[in-house]
Amino acid sequence: MKFVRWLADIDRRIIFLVIAVSVVVPLLVPLGMRVKVTSQTKIVYEEVEKLPAGSNVLVAFDYDPAAAPEVHPMALAFLHHCFAKKHKVIIMALWPQGAQLAVSAMGEMMQEFDLEYGRDYVNLGYKPGGDIVIKSLGASFPKVFPRDMAGASTADLPIMAEVRNLKDIDLIMALSAGDPGIPAWVRVANALYQRRVAGGCTAVSAPQFFPYLQTGQLIGLLGGLKGAAEYETVTAYAGKASSRMDAQSIAHVVIILFILFANISYFILRKQGDEGSGGPTARPPA
Amino acid sequence: MRREIPMIVAFVAGVIIILEFFVPSLRSVASQVQNWYLVVVAFAILVGAFNLLRMNYMKVRDRRADWPYSIILIVGLFTMAIAGIFWGIGQGTVFDWLFNYLMFPMSSTMFALLAFFVASAAYRAFRARAVDATLLLVAAIIVMLGQVPIGSIWIPEWWPHSLVFLTPDWLKDRIMEIFNTAGQRAILIGASLGVVSTSLRILLGIERSYLGEE
Amino acid sequence: MKSAYAVILLIAALAVAAHGQTLRTAENAAAADTPVDAGGSIDLTWEPSPDELDAKAEVLGYEVWRAKRPAGDYKKLADVEAGKESYQHTDEEAENGVEYFYKVRVRGEKMSTDTAPVGPVKAAPQWFHKDRLNMLVAAVLLSAFVLYYISQARAGKKLFIRRIAGLEAVQEAVGRATEMGKPVLYVPGIADIDDIQTIAAVTILGRVATMVAEYDANLLVPCSRSLVMSTAQEIVKEAYLEAGRPDAYHRENIRYLTDDQFGFVAGVDGIMVREKPAANFYMGTFYAESLILAETGHSIGAIQIAGTAMPSQLPFFIAACDYTLIGEELFAASAYLSREPRLLGSLIGQDWGKVVILFFIIAGVITAFLAQFGFEIFGRSIALEQLFVVK
Repeated sequence: MKFVRWLADIDRRIIFLVIAVSVVVPLLVPLGMRVKVTSQTKIVYEEVEKLPAGSNVLVAFDYDPAAAPEVHPMALAFLHHCFAKKHKVIIMALWPQGAQLAVSAMGEMMQEFDLEYGRDYVNLGYKPGGDIVIKSLGASFPKVFPRDMAGASTADLPIMAEVRNLKDIDLIMALSAGDPGIPAWVRVANALYQRRVAGGCTAVSAPQFFPYLQTGQLIGLLGGLKGAAEYETVTAYAGKASSRMDAQSIAHVVIILFILFANISYFILRKQGDEGSGGPTARPPA
Repeated sequence: MRREIPMIVAFVAGVIIILEFFVPSLRSVASQVQNWYLVVVAFAILVGAFNLLRMNYMKVRDRRADWPYSIILIVGLFTMAIAGIFWGIGQGTVFDWLFNYLMFPMSSTMFALLAFFVASAAYRAFRARAVDATLLLVAAIIVMLGQVPIGSIWIPEWWPHSLVFLTPDWLKDRIMEIFNTAGQRAILIGASLGVVSTSLRILLGIERSYLGEE
Repeated sequence: MKSAYAVILLIAALAVAAHGQTLRTAENAAAADTPVDAGGSIDLTWEPSPDELDAKAEVLGYEVWRAKRPAGDYKKLADVEAGKESYQHTDEEAENGVEYFYKVRVRGEKMSTDTAPVGPVKAAPQWFHKDRLNMLVAAVLLSAFVLYYISQARAGKKLFIRRIAGLEAVQEAVGRATEMGKPVLYVPGIADIDDIQTIAAVTILGRVATMVAEYDANLLVPCSRSLVMSTAQEIVKEAYLEAGRPDAYHRENIRYLTDDQFGFVAGVDGIMVREKPAANFYMGTFYAESLILAETGHSIGAIQIAGTAMPSQLPFFIAACDYTLIGEELFAASAYLSREPRLLGSLIGQDWGKVVILFFIIAGVITAFLAQFGFEIFGRSIALEQLFVVK
C-alpha cells in the first residue's frame, strides 16, 4: 500500500530521470525502427516530384533555433529533394533567426550538390512584417528584396530574372514554428494569389493546421520530427530525424506506462477510500 | 494630439487596406501604405533593440534585481552585432559560429525541457476521474502510439485491411482528422471573429488600449 | 513543247519547296483587359501553332508584338518559349484607355509567321471585385452586429454574458494569496500590446489589480514587451488609485524581463521559485513556454488560472492549471469583469456572427447532401459551396 501511495505521489525528479534515460539510450543504441510514411507527407513529396525541372520553389524559414531540432531536419530533406530534382530554390525568412538557419542548411547542401549561388538558389534573408511582406511579394519581389542577405543586388542574380512576384513561384514550402508562419502563407499566398502552399511545423502546432488541409488551402503538412523522418524515408535522404524517432518512440511508451501506473494507483487508492493527493508535489492546502 | 494622431493613422491605413481588397483600383495606394508599414516595422525593430539596451543599462546603473544578467545581455548583444558587422554573417564566420554553437544549443535546450514537463503533467493530469478525463486519457494514448513507429511495428504484414480500424495509426488519423479538426475549426472561427471585432474597434477608435489607455 | 514542260516542272518544284517551308500561325489568339485589376494590364492568350503540335516544322518559340493601329508600328513586347499546351502573356505596360492591337509571331528555324492583328483592346481599372461580394456582405453584417450592440451597451441596455467558471475562481485565488501572505503573479502573455489577447489580458489585469489592492496583497507582473510593461504599469496604478490604496502601488513589481521567449520563461520561473506566489494568472498569448510556466507554478503549490486563445497551448494549460479560460472565454472574461460597453457589445455582436455562421454550416451540410441526389434550384446545384469561395 505504501508503494501504491508512493507511486501516486511520485517525485517528479524520478519521472525526469526516467525520461532522460529513455531518450538518451536509443540515441546511443539505435533500434532502426521503420518509419511509415503518411498520406500528408506523400502529397508534399509528389508535389515536388511532378514539378518540371527548373521550377521556382520558395522555402520560407520561419522558425528559430528552439524549434530547429524538429523543423531543421525537414528543411534539409526538402531542400535535398528540390536540388535533386534541379528546381530553383528561393529562400527567405519572416523570423530573424530563420535566415541564419538557412545559411546552415545550405552549407550542408553544398557538400552534396554542385550549386551556384544566384543561379540555383538565393538567400534573400529576413524581412520583418509578416502578412504584409507576403502581400507585398504578391506585387513585386524586387521591391521587397532589392538586395539578398549578403547585400548583393537581386536584379543581378539570374535566378531572380524570372521571379517578378509570387505568381512566378510554383510551390511554397512554409517551415514554421509560430506566427508569422503557415497561417500567414495560407491567408495571403494561397487565398489572395492562389499559390500552392505546403507546410512543415513543430508537432505541437500541427493539429491546428488540419482545417487548412481539409479545405485544400494547405496541400500537405510535415508535422514534427515524425514528419521530418517520413520525408527522409520517402526521399531516401540519410538525415537525422529517422534515427531520432527511436528515442521519441521509447519516450512515448515510457510516458504511456507512467500514465497507466498513475491510473492503477489512483484506482487502488480510490477503492481504499483515499483518492490520493493527485500527483507529484500536489498543492498544499490553503 | 498625442492620442488623436495615432488613431487617425490607424483609421486611414486600415481603411485603405480593407477597401483595396474590394476595390482593385486602390492597389497602388495600398501598395504605398504597405511599403510604409515595412519601413516602420524595420525601424520598430531598431527602436526595440535600443529600448532593450536602455532598460538593461538602467538595471545595471541602478543595481536593480538580477542586474548581473543584464551585463551578460549587453555584452552578448554587442558581441553578435560587432561580429556580424565586421566579419559578415555567412557560413564559417564568427557570427555563424556563435549562432550555431551558442544560441542554437541554448534555445533548443530550453524547448527540450518541455519533454520532461510534459511527462510530469501527463502523469498528474491523465487520471480517469470522470468520463471526459477517461476519454482524454484514451485519446492521448492512441495518438501517442500512432505518432511513433513503435505503434505500428507490431502489426504483421498479413494484417487484414478489414481490421485496420484496430491499428493505432488508423485510429490516430481519425481522431486528428475528425475530432481534432472539428474543434480546431471552431476555435479558429471564434478567434477570427474576435480579430475582426477587435480590429473594427481599433479602426473606429473605440479600442484604445494599444495607446496605453483602458 | 519541251520548254513549256520545263516551266511547268519548275513551277511544280517551286510549289513543293515552298510548301515544305510554310509555318502555320498560332491559333485562337485573343486579347482582353485583365479582369479585376488596377488597370494598365491586358491578357493575351493563344494556342500552339499546328506545326508545333504536328512537329512538321521546328517551332523555336513565340513573340508578342503590340501597336496602336492594326497596320501600325509594332513593337516587340516579349519572347515566349515553346512547349506548352496553351499560352498566356500579360502586357503590364499598357496605358489605360488606349486602344492596342497585338500580333503573335511564330518563330521557326528559317521563317516566322504572324497572326492577324487582334484587337482593339483597352486596359481599364475595375472599381469593384465582383467575386468578393460575399466577403463584403459578411464583413458588413458582422460589423453591423458589433457596432449595434456596442451602441446598445453604451445606451445602458443590460447585455447577458453567462457565468464563466474560471472567473469565480479569481476572487478565491486572490483571497488565498492574501491569507497565506504571499504575492499574486500575473503573466500577461508574451505578445506585444497590439495583440488582441494581450489587450484582453491587460483588461483582466486591471480587475485583478483592483481586487489585490482591496485585499492588500502584493501583485507581481513580469512582462515580455516593454510596451506591455508601460501599459500594465498605468493600468495597475489606476486600479490601486480606484481602490483607494495608491501607497500600496509599487512600480518595480511590474517589470520588463526580456523579449526572448525562453529567456522570459526562465526569468518568470526564477520569480516563482524565489517569491513563491500563492496564485498564478497566465492570461494572453503563449507559445511553447506555457507548460514550463504551468508546471513550475504547480510545483510551488500555487493555484493557477490560465486563459488563452492559442489552440496549441490550451491542452497544456488545461492539464496543468486549476481553471482555464478557453479561447473566447478570455475575451468574454475581460468583458464580464470590466462591464465595458465596447467589450460587451463586441462579444454579443461576435456571438450573432457565430449564429449566422452556424446557420450556414447547417444549411450547407443539408444542401450539399441534397445536391448529391441531383436537387437543383433555378437550374443550378442546390449546394451552397460556391457562395463561400474567395477569389
